Amino acid sequence: MTDATFLEYVVFFSAAVMILGGAVGVIAMKNPVHAALGLVLTLFGVAVQFVAMEAHFLAAVQVIVYAGAIVVLFLFVIMLLGVDQSMDLSIEPIPIQRPMAAIMGVGLVGLLGAAVVRARDASSINPGSGIATSADAGNSDANVQQLATNLYGDHVFAFQLTSVLLVVAVAGTVLLTRKWPRDRAETESSDA
Amino acid sequence: MAELVWLIPAFPLAGFLTILLLGRRLGDPKAGYLATAAVFASFAVAAAIYFDLVSQPEAERETVVTLFSWVPVGTLQVDLAFLVDPLSIAMCLFVTFIAGWIHMFAVGYMHGDAKFSKFFLYLNLFVFSMTILVLGENLLVTFLGWEGVGTCSYLLIAFWHTRESAATAGKKAFVTNRVGDWGVMLAMFLSFSAVGSLSYTVLNESAETGALAASTASAIALLLLIGAAGKSAQLPLYIWLPDAMEGPTPVSALIHAATMVTGGVFLLTRINPVIAASYDWVPTTIAWVGAITALFAATIALAQNDIKKVLAYSTVSQIGYMMLAVGTGGYVAAIFHMVTHAGFKALLFLGAGSVIHGMHHEQDMRFMGALRKFMPITAATFIIGWLAIAGVPPFSGFWSKDEILLFSLAESPALYAIGILTAILTAFYMTRQIIMVFFGEARWTSLANAEEAPEVADGEPPVETHDAHGEFKPHESPPIMWIPLVVLAGVAALGGLINMPKLFGIPSGASAQLEEWLHPVIEFGEADITGTWAYDNKYLLVGFAVAAALIGIALAWLVYERKRIKPWEPSLLANAWYYDWAISWFMGNPGRAGFQAVAEFDAKVVDGAVTGTAVAVKATATETRKGQTGYVRQYAAVIGIGVVLLLGWFVVIRGIL
Amino acid sequence: MIAAIEPTWYLLLASMLFGLGAFGLLVRRNPLIMFMCIELMLNAATLTFVAFATDLGDINGQTAVFFVMVVAAAEVVVGLGIIVSILRRRPGATADDLAELKG
Repeated sequence: MTDATFLEYVVFFSAAVMILGGAVGVIAMKNPVHAALGLVLTLFGVAVQFVAMEAHFLAAVQVIVYAGAIVVLFLFVIMLLGVDQSMDLSIEPIPIQRPMAAIMGVGLVGLLGAAVVRARDASSINPGSGIATSADAGNSDANVQQLATNLYGDHVFAFQLTSVLLVVAVAGTVLLTRKWPRDRAETESSDA
Repeated sequence: MAELVWLIPAFPLAGFLTILLLGRRLGDPKAGYLATAAVFASFAVAAAIYFDLVSQPEAERETVVTLFSWVPVGTLQVDLAFLVDPLSIAMCLFVTFIAGWIHMFAVGYMHGDAKFSKFFLYLNLFVFSMTILVLGENLLVTFLGWEGVGTCSYLLIAFWHTRESAATAGKKAFVTNRVGDWGVMLAMFLSFSAVGSLSYTVLNESAETGALAASTASAIALLLLIGAAGKSAQLPLYIWLPDAMEGPTPVSALIHAATMVTGGVFLLTRINPVIAASYDWVPTTIAWVGAITALFAATIALAQNDIKKVLAYSTVSQIGYMMLAVGTGGYVAAIFHMVTHAGFKALLFLGAGSVIHGMHHEQDMRFMGALRKFMPITAATFIIGWLAIAGVPPFSGFWSKDEILLFSLAESPALYAIGILTAILTAFYMTRQIIMVFFGEARWTSLANAEEAPEVADGEPPVETHDAHGEFKPHESPPIMWIPLVVLAGVAALGGLINMPKLFGIPSGASAQLEEWLHPVIEFGEADITGTWAYDNKYLLVGFAVAAALIGIALAWLVYERKRIKPWEPSLLANAWYYDWAISWFMGNPGRAGFQAVAEFDAKVVDGAVTGTAVAVKATATETRKGQTGYVRQYAAVIGIGVVLLLGWFVVIRGIL
Repeated sequence: MIAAIEPTWYLLLASMLFGLGAFGLLVRRNPLIMFMCIELMLNAATLTFVAFATDLGDINGQTAVFFVMVVAAAEVVVGLGIIVSILRRRPGATADDLAELKG
C-alpha cells in the first residue's frame, strides 16, 4: 500500500460527507419523503466508497438494489399509506428516551472507534489470498470474476438458500398484506 | 424359665385387648374378674421365675431376654428386651400381687358404674405398662412403660371426666409428668452420647469401671432425678398427686400409692452405679430433695380434711423417705420401704375406699366418726395399716423406716433430724385420721339431708342402703371388697420379715433376706455404713424411732380424742403452703405474659419474616413491572445501553486488540 | 491498485454511520423512518465488510456484503408488508401506539 494521493483523500471525505449528511437527514427530517431522500444520499456515498475500494460490482449492486429497489419500495409504501405528512419532532412521549439514545450512540461510536484505533497496529489474522483488481491483472472484469468464483464456488449452498429466502419473503408478504374477501367487504362497506 | 418373662406383661395386655373387644358384652362383673385373673396370672409367672432364680447361684441371676430389635439405627441399637434380675423380679412380684388384690376390690367398688369395663381396660393397660417399666433392659423400654403409666394415670384420674375437676386433675397430672419426662429424655440422649447405648448393663458397667466421667454421670443422675420428681411426686413436681385423688379410689390405691409413684425410685435404684460415679453432692441433693419433700408433705397432711387427701400427702411424704434412702446410699432400705409402703398404703387407700363406699361417697372426715362399730373389718384392717405407717413395731413400716433413718444418720445428723420429725408428724396425722374416722362421735347425721353433703360426686351411682326407716346408715363393704383388705393387712403386718435387721434376738439366717437378694444389683452403689456411729448404736436408734412413733400417736390422741390441746390446723398448711396457688399465679400472670410474648414473637417476627419475604418480593415485582412499558423503542434503548456496556467492558477492561 | 487510505478511516466512518442509525432508530417514532435507520446500520456493516476485505485481501468479505444485501432486501419486503398491514388497521399509528406488551 502506498500513501494515499490527495485525490483519494478528497474522494474519501466527500463521500464521507455524503454518507453522514444523508444519515443525519434520515434521522432529522420531519417529512418521511425527505428522509427517504437522505437515505438515497447515504447509499450513494457508500457506493462511492465501494468504488474507491475497488469493489465495483458491489457498488453497482448497491445502487441498483438498495437505492433502486428498496428505497423505491419505501416510497411506494409511504405514498400508499399516506404517511407523508410531517411529524412533530419536538414531542417525545418517553422522557428518558432521547438521553438514553444519545448515550448509546456516543458510547457505541466512541468504543468502536477506540477499538478500531487501538487495533490499527495489530497484525493481520488469516490474510486472504488477495483481491484481484482490474489494474493488477489487466482484466476489467477481475473483481466480478473473483467474486463469482467465490460466490458460486465456496458459498453455493448459501446462495441457494438465499433464493429460497427471497421466495419465502415474497410469498409471505403477499399473504400477509392480502385483503381477504371478508376484509374487503368490510372496508368497502366502511368506505361507502 | 426366665425366657417366659414376656408373659408377665403379656397377660395384662391380653386382658386389655379382650376387654377392648368384648368389654361391653362381658359387662359388670365379668370384665373385672377377667382383668383380675390376668394380673394374678402375671403374678404366678413372676413367682415362678422368682423361685427359679432363687435356685440359681447369685452370680447367674441376671438374664436378658430379647424379644426383637426395636430401633436399629446406625450406631443406636435398641432392643425390646427384658432384664430379669433380682430387682426387676422383686418389683414385678409386689406390683402384680398388690395390683391383683386391688383389681378384686375394684370389682366391688365400681359395681354399678356405667363405664365399668372401661375402668378395667385402663387398669390392665396400666399393669402392662408398669411391668414393662420395671422389666425394661434399657432406658427406652423403661421409658415406654414410663409414658404408658403416665397415660393410664391421666385416663384413670379423669375417669369421671364429666366432672370438671377430674378432667383438670388428669390434665395436670399428665402435664406435670411431662416436665419430668423431659428430664428422662435428656438423660437418654446423654447416655447415648456418652456410652453409645441406652442399655442398663452397658451404662452401669461403664460407671463401675470408671469409663463414665463424673460430670456425665452427675448430669444423667440429676436429669433422672427430675424425671423421678415428676413421676414420684417430689418437690417441686408433686402438685399433681393431691389433685389425682379425683380418680376412683382403686386408682389412687394402685397408681398413686403402690406402683406408679415408685417408678422414680426404681429408676434411680436401677442406675445406682451411675449415681455412685457422680460427684458427691449429687446423692446428697437427692437425699435432701427427699427429706424436704417428706417434711413438707407431712406438715400439709395434718391439716387436711378429705380422707384421701391425707393419704395422698402421706404418699408424697413416704416417697420422700425412699428418695432420702436412695440419696444416702441405702438402696436396699429404699426398696424395702417401697414394698412395705405399697402394702400398707394400698391397704389404707382401699380402706378409705371402703369407708367412702359405706358412707355413700362422703369423703370429708369431719362428717365421719365412730365408724368402727359399723364397719368392723374395714376398721380393723385400717388400724393395722395405721400402725404400720406410724412405725410401730412389729409391723412392717417400722422396720423399713428404721433402716432409712439409720442410713440418714450415717450421712448427716440434719437429715436424721428431719426424718425423725417427719416420723412424728406421720404418726400424728395418721392417728388424727383414725380418730376422726373410726372413733369419737358420729358426725354424719347431718348427711340425711343430701344437700348438705359436700363432695358428692356426680355421675357416680347412688347406692341405696338406707335402713327401713329411711335414715342414713353406713355399712360394711361386701366380701369382694374386704377380702383384699385382709390380705393386704397381712402384708402390712408381716412385711417386715423380708428384711429383718441384724439385731439381738433375730436369728441370723432370717435376717437381711432382701439385702442378700438385691446384693448383685446394688453392690456398687450401696453405702457401707458398718463403721459409723449410727451403725454402732443401732439399738439406740431403734429406741428413738419407736419413741417418735409413740410421741406422735400420743399427741394426736391428746388433741383429738381427749381434746386437751387445741388442734392447730392453720390455713397455710391446709392450702399446702400456697405452693399450688403460687404456681397457678405465676403461670397465669408472668408466665402467661411470657408465653404471650413468645407467641407474638412467633407471629410477628417468624411469620413476619416469611410473609415479609413474600411482601418484599411482591413490592419488588411491582416496581420492576413498571419497566415493562410496552414501548418497543424503550426496549431497544435498553438493549442498546446493554450493548454499549458490554462493548465497554471488552474494550476498556479487557482491552481487546 | 487498492486505495491507499488506511482501512481505519473506513471503519471509523462505518462506526459513525452505525451510531447514527442506532440513534435514529431509538428516537424516531414513524415506523418507516425507523426502518430506514435499520438500513443505515446495514450499510455501515457492509462498509465494514468491504473495508476488511480490502485490508486483508480476502474476497469473502465482498461475498458477505452480497448476502447482506439479499437478506436486507427480503427483510424490507417482509417488514414493509407488516407495516402496511398494521397501518391499514390503525392509520396514523406510530411505534408508541403499538404498546400491547405493556405489563
